[in-house]
Amino acid sequence: MAKINGKEVSEAKGKTVGRYIEENGYKKTYIAVEINGAILPKAEYESRIINDEDIIEIVNFVGGG
Amino acid sequence: MNDKLIIAGHEFNSRFILGSGKYSLELIKAAVENAGAEIITLALRRANSDSDNILDYIPKGVTLLPNTSGARNAEEAVRIARLSREVGCGDFVKIEVIHDSKYLLPDNYETIKATEILAKEGFIVMPYMYPDLNAARDLVNAGAATIMPLGAPIGSNKGICTKDFIKILIEEIDLPIIVDAGIGKPSQACEAMEMGAAAVMANTAIATAGDIPAMAEAFKKAIEAGRTAYLSGMGRVIEKASASSPLTGFLQD
Repeated sequence: MAKINGKEVSEAKGKTVGRYIEENGYKKTYIAVEINGAILPKAEYESRIINDEDIIEIVNFVGGG
Repeated sequence: MNDKLIIAGHEFNSRFILGSGKYSLELIKAAVENAGAEIITLALRRANSDSDNILDYIPKGVTLLPNTSGARNAEEAVRIARLSREVGCGDFVKIEVIHDSKYLLPDNYETIKATEILAKEGFIVMPYMYPDLNAARDLVNAGAATIMPLGAPIGSNKGICTKDFIKILIEEIDLPIIVDAGIGKPSQACEAMEMGAAAVMANTAIATAGDIPAMAEAFKKAIEAGRTAYLSGMGRVIEKASASSPLTGFLQD
């Protein structure tokens, strides 16, 4: 099962990254995505398909000093 | 007066870098406006699609300065910096490498390593550091755009405990010295500017104030006053009195 932000997510497999982030309410312009330790450029969100072994981090900005 | 803060060729009128942590998103716009801030710091964390995004609350035209908080070594700082840039908000990054949870003191050695890697990748690197002259020189050689020495532990509001060592950096380092962390009230921000600091960064002092936008404004005024005083050149200090009024023409003469 793919692991996204530390949680195992069963419904992610087979979807593109672009579809997954859209379905889960993330805005592409506000996030960065890392898969298995490598940054996934925004241009590749629609072509990269999530598979079971993927460890994915979806990050954005929050308040900080 | 043409007195710009210049960081890697980018010009700023304001010398107040505002943090955005520990207060509500609704107050950020007012704080930025009252502070007159042109640079605001941010942190990068796992995204939560349920909450509003901070970028919607920051006025347009403000330069975003993501930090690498959470990094415990150079490798993690580099990872966070690259992800921050991928979000698409510019090349500025404040390097913060900390593995001491009690005092949150930065690791200068790891900070130098991260600075070197990121500067080569085209980042505008603003390292947070413990004010040590040798480390600051290494940061300059590593490609830092500014040096950000701490005044006191992060969030402590204790003021510029490291004053004498920051003065050495101001004297010896040919980059903007931005006092970051520990400044707790406007008079301390003013003091940093009077010393010749190029700018002041503050977060907790504003975030924990009773009226956040008003305190942001107080800091703005203090930083401007300190800067003007520095540029004016301080009056001299002597041991004995020196009359301010004429010593002639007294009525009893």
